[in-house]
Formats: sequence, structure tokens, C-alpha cells
Amino acid sequence: MLTDEYDDLRKSVESFAREVVAPVIGDFYERCEFPYEIVRRMGAMGLFGLPIPEEHGGMGGDYFALCLALEELGRVDSSVAITLEAGVSLGAMPLLRFGTDEQRARWLPGLAAGETLGAFGLTEPGGGSDVPGGMRTTADLDGGEWVINGSKAFITNSGTTITAFVAVAAITGRRADGRPEISTIIVPAGTPGFTVSKKYSKVGWSASDTRELSFTDCRVPAANLLGERGRGYAQFLQTLDEGRIAIAALSVGLAQGCVDESLRYVHERHAFGRAIGGYQAIQFKIADMEVRTHTARLAYYHAAERMLAGLPFKKQAAIAKLVASNAAMDNARDATQIFGGYGFMNEFPVGRFYRDAKILEIGEGTSEVQRMLIARELGLSGL
Amino acid sequence: MNIVVCVKQVPDTATERKLRSDDKTLDRDAADGVINELCEYAVEEALRLKEAHGGEVTVLTMGPDKATDTIRKALAMGADKAVHLVDPALHGSDALSTSYALAQTLKKIGFDLVILGSESTDARTGMLAAMLAERLGTPQLTLANKVEISGAGITVQRVTDYGFDKVEASLPAIVSVVEKINEPRYPSFKGIMAAKKKQVQTFGIADAEIDAAQVGVANAWSEVADFAVAPPRAAGTVVKDEGDGGVKTADYLASKKFI
Ligand SMILES: Cc1cc2nc3c(=O)[nH]c(=O)nc-3n(C[C@H](O)[C@H](O)[C@H](O)COP(=O)(O)OP(=O)(O)OC[C@H]3O[C@@H](n4cnc5c(N)ncnc54)[C@H](O)[C@@H]3O)c2cc1C
Repeated sequence: MLTDEYDDLRKSVESFAREVVAPVIGDFYERCEFPYEIVRRMGAMGLFGLPIPEEHGGMGGDYFALCLALEELGRVDSSVAITLEAGVSLGAMPLLRFGTDEQRARWLPGLAAGETLGAFGLTEPGGGSDVPGGMRTTADLDGGEWVINGSKAFITNSGTTITAFVAVAAITGRRADGRPEISTIIVPAGTPGFTVSKKYSKVGWSASDTRELSFTDCRVPAANLLGERGRGYAQFLQTLDEGRIAIAALSVGLAQGCVDESLRYVHERHAFGRAIGGYQAIQFKIADMEVRTHTARLAYYHAAERMLAGLPFKKQAAIAKLVASNAAMDNARDATQIFGGYGFMNEFPVGRFYRDAKILEIGEGTSEVQRMLIARELGLSGL
Repeated sequence: MNIVVCVKQVPDTATERKLRSDDKTLDRDAADGVINELCEYAVEEALRLKEAHGGEVTVLTMGPDKATDTIRKALAMGADKAVHLVDPALHGSDALSTSYALAQTLKKIGFDLVILGSESTDARTGMLAAMLAERLGTPQLTLANKVEISGAGITVQRVTDYGFDKVEASLPAIVSVVEKINEPRYPSFKGIMAAKKKQVQTFGIADAEIDAAQVGVANAWSEVADFAVAPPRAAGTVVKDEGDGGVKTADYLASKKFI
């Protein structure tokens, strides 16, 4: 059971999604346009500051509050939900956790208000799952400055007009055991040598901003190091563990959106003389969709509960992400089937859900990576 | 400035709404209660005026126990405190007796400015602001889509069929607002958390010196004589265009006396 405060927040975001996002997002999606006005209003109602303490301009809530907001947005549209998810869990949280006082004072108030966005650049064209194995981007200290060279692929929120910085994971040396030393460096938007390419043409999340980035002798002050040198690997492991709960919440939203839309449609649509909702084949599909959504929601609630209680949650987060992204994918397929030909039309939300679901099994750790993590937590690595 | 916003809980328009078979009043238990949409605009306008001119915003709600949800929402938007007028004797009050009960309460709590939505989605009488002004002997500035305060004066743009009138008065005054006036904020988490700590004062009819003989379903001046479920919509008339579609459409409209 949600407490009153969480439930009021959920309702507030539910109304916002229904009243502000739903009527217009289809057009933004069709035009592959970033919805600045919606993001501004999400900021005005404090969504980007949910887990950020009030002293940094946030709402003083917690990560679970963020997850509830993501679920309600995801029920209506994933592009705005991922913009919030990446903005907070990948953009603001690493700064909050690992940043210096100066870095936090400089960036967090804008991020928490949704007036600016931060991005997190980990994945590279040569590899996303295998970090640091596939990492090529380097940063070398030279005359009190980091000099960054390399490129990053698929970076969310990195090329909007309100993007403030990208936190770039880079190899900053070799450790004693010969493995690469990884650190995270904050590169402000507009820094010379930092080029943002044009938007990718994507299968889904079309109203979100995803870019390839390149760095050519890009120089930033040494003070832009996020946290400690050589801690980059540990930093993004923690960031991604949390982020998985957030992606699970977003996925549950999409799965729920499929149930909502299907429940409406099966009363309206008639075939062979009756509403299609009267056919058991349809009823069972919807029952299965509901089961997946419910189970996935419990999984992410549980992972978030452990996280907030300060208990280990790596396995639970991986399970939640795996179960929820599967639920989203399966529900999107079933909802599209229930809608028949209309399900294949972009003007219906289920068509969008279908296109948006697949990435959930890929981003912030593929389903295979989640299974690797779960197996590892069960002591099954290096046998 | 002491601003009071009258906020009503109404049954969710998205759910099926029913009247009770016993006393023919609205069945408030059957549907989810939500804040009346126009009241959100009233709260927003009060908050904006407070932000610009200082003061305090008090929410005044007359309604059953469960109306506390609606009060909490208005407080989460940013109102400072609330008065909940709740008493079994008030059940079934019509617009006239509601205006009496609210006016009595407003006299108790005091105000410089009272803001209301111009109507509620349930009864839709749209008369409360005018009735309150009469009872309280204050100017009424209804159907406002813009409100400005300067010193002890208030100016509103009143929406009319032909555009708008500019109406001026001095405070204290009663204002009702239309939806074009602003864009109500969505409660933030900080607002939701803060709302829990805000004071909600409960008034019974005795606290507001409301005469029981002037309120409630038995003393209402208007009465629901009878009601029936709306008949299902009949199939429409399809005009097939065989070159004479325009003529046929015009004939149809003429037969219904539309043209
Ligand atoms: C729209 C979008 C937004 C994104 N946003 C960001 C962002 O903001 N920041 C960021 O850093 N990244 C971002 N990404 C990148 C995303 O996290 C990666 O795409 C993802 O981690 C997978 O990496 P990859 O694409 O390199 O696939 P690969 O790592 O090349 O994997 C290819 C396939 O091989 C499988 N595989 C890999 N290793 C193993 C193994 N050991 N055993 C079994 N199977 C394996 C994978 O599961 C996958 O099926 C985004 C991606 C997209 C599409």
C-alpha cells in the first residue's frame, strides 16, 4: 500500500500525464521533436528534483518517488519518461552522490528544477555491455586540464538546447594490475572540441534526445573530475544499479498503459456481433497483461524498498529490470494484437508502446546483462 | 491580504454519476470525489495574487468527511490553511442555503478577497458567487479571466458574449473565475509533504452560527421532483451524397428547425 504522500504524488503525475502529455505527445513523436514545453512543466512541478534534497533545489523526496512519477509518465509516453529518468538518475544523481560542493552548487539547482539537463556518457560505438573492455575514450591531464579524446554512442539528453553538461567516463591511466583506470569528467555543453552529432533516427523514444558525441582534444579544467580519480567504474556501477529500478518503473508504466488502452478498446470494438472483450481469447490476453504488470510492479517496489532501507539491492534491481522490460515488451505485443490494424497505426498510443518497448530490454543493461548480474549474485561467476 | 478560496469536491466526471433514490440528492459515495476543475483555477489565482502581493490563502470547503482529500490537494498546491465546514445537517443543501452556510462561515473567518470557480461540474448553477456577495454586502466580480489588485482596489476582466468588460471595485470583494484565467499548477512532492503539516480547522453548523432551519435537504428552496436515466443515444441519420448531399442536409436541418 502506498502512503498518502506517495499516492498523492502518483495522482498528481497521473493527471499531468493525462492532461498535458497525452493530448500532444503523438505529434512530437511523429516529428521526432523534443517537447521542451512539456519538460519545462515537468520541471515546474518538481519532477526533476524528486530525489534531490531541498538544500540543492530539489523536492526532498526519495528515489521511490521518482519511480512512481516515471511509472505514471510511462503509462502515457516513454519519451518524456526517459527524458526524466536519464535527467535525474544519470544526470543529477552521480553529481549528488560523488560531486564536490562546488560542482553540486553549480549544477544541481538547475537540474533539480528541470531547467537544465545532464547526460551520462558511458556507452561507446565499440561497446556498451562490455565496460571497460570496449572503452576507448581517454582523458589525460595536461597543464591543469583534462584533454579528452574519443567518442560516445546513444547518449540521452546530450544535445538539447537545455543540456548543461555530459559526464563522460574515460580512461585516465593504467592501474597497477594493468587494467584501465576509469574516471568521470564533467564536460559542459559548448566546450571546444566537444561535438554533438545530429539526432539518431530511432525505432522508438522518438521525442527523446539521443546523440553520438565526439571529443577531439577537448579541454576542461582538472576540477571537472567527478569525485575521485579512478573511481569511475564504481560510480557507474552504483548509478546503473539505481537506474535499473527506474527503468523497471518506466517499463511497468508502459505495461500498464497497454492494459489501460486495451481495456478501453475491447468494449468499443465489435466483431462477429459482439464487443471483442466478450471473447475469452481476448480476456485471457488482458488477464496475462495484468499479471505481468502487477508482478513487475511488485518487483520494482521491492528493489526500491531495499535501496531506501540501505540494504543490498543489486540482484533485486536486476530482477525488476528484467521482469519489467519483458512485461512491457509482451504487453505491447499483445495490446497491438488486440487493436488489430489500428494497433499498427502511429496515431494510436499502442503503436507507440510497441515501438517504445524494445529498447527497455536493451538500455541500462541488456536482458542478458541482467541475467549475468543475477547469476553472479548467486555465486555463479568464474566457475 | 487575506484570501479565501471556496473549493468544492465533486464526483469525477470521468465516472458514472448517480442521484440517490431516497432523497434525490447527488450520491456522493457512489463516485470518486475530485476537486472541481474551476476551483483549481481559483486556487491558482489566489496563489498568484499571494505571490505578488503577500498575504495568506485559506481554503474553505463545505462537504462531507471525504472532502478532506480535496482540501489536501488545494493545500498541496500551496494554500496556507483550510476550513472544512462539515455537518450532517448540511446534507442536500441547495445553492441558496449553501451560500447562506458559506457566508456565515466567511463572516467568522474574515476575508479581504474571496475567490470561487464560476461553476461546479455537478450542479452547475453558477450562482454562488453572486449569492455570497449579496449575503455579505460586498461587490461581486464574476466570470473573471484576469484579476489585478492595487492597494484596496480590485480590477477584473469579466468575460462576456462580445468580449470582456473591465470591472472595478474596492476590497473586500467576491470574485469568480473562468478557466482561461491561468494554468493551475500540479502539486509538487514538496507541496504534498508540506500539506500534511498545514492546519485544517473543522467547523460544524454551531461553530459558524448556521441556523439548522435554513440548510439541508428539508429546507431547500429548489427540489428535484423526479429523475430518469438518460435514454441511450439513438442511431443518427446518414445523408448519402449523390450530388444532392447539400440539399438533403439543409432539408434535414430545416425539419429540425435549426435553419
Ligand atoms: C535510445 C538509447 C538511449 C541510450 N542512452 C544512453 C545513455 O544516456 N548513456 C549511455 O552511456 N548509454 C546509453 N545507451 C546505450 C545502451 O546502454 C547500450 O546500447 C546497451 O548497454 C547495450 O550496449 P551495446 O549497444 O553496445 O550492445 P553490445 O554490448 O554490443 O551487445 C550486443 C548484444 O550482445 C549481448 N551480449 C554482450 N555481452 C554478452 C555476454 N557476455 N554474454 C551474453 N550476451 C552478451 C548483449 O546482451 C546484446 O544482446 C542508450 C541506448 C539507446 C538505444
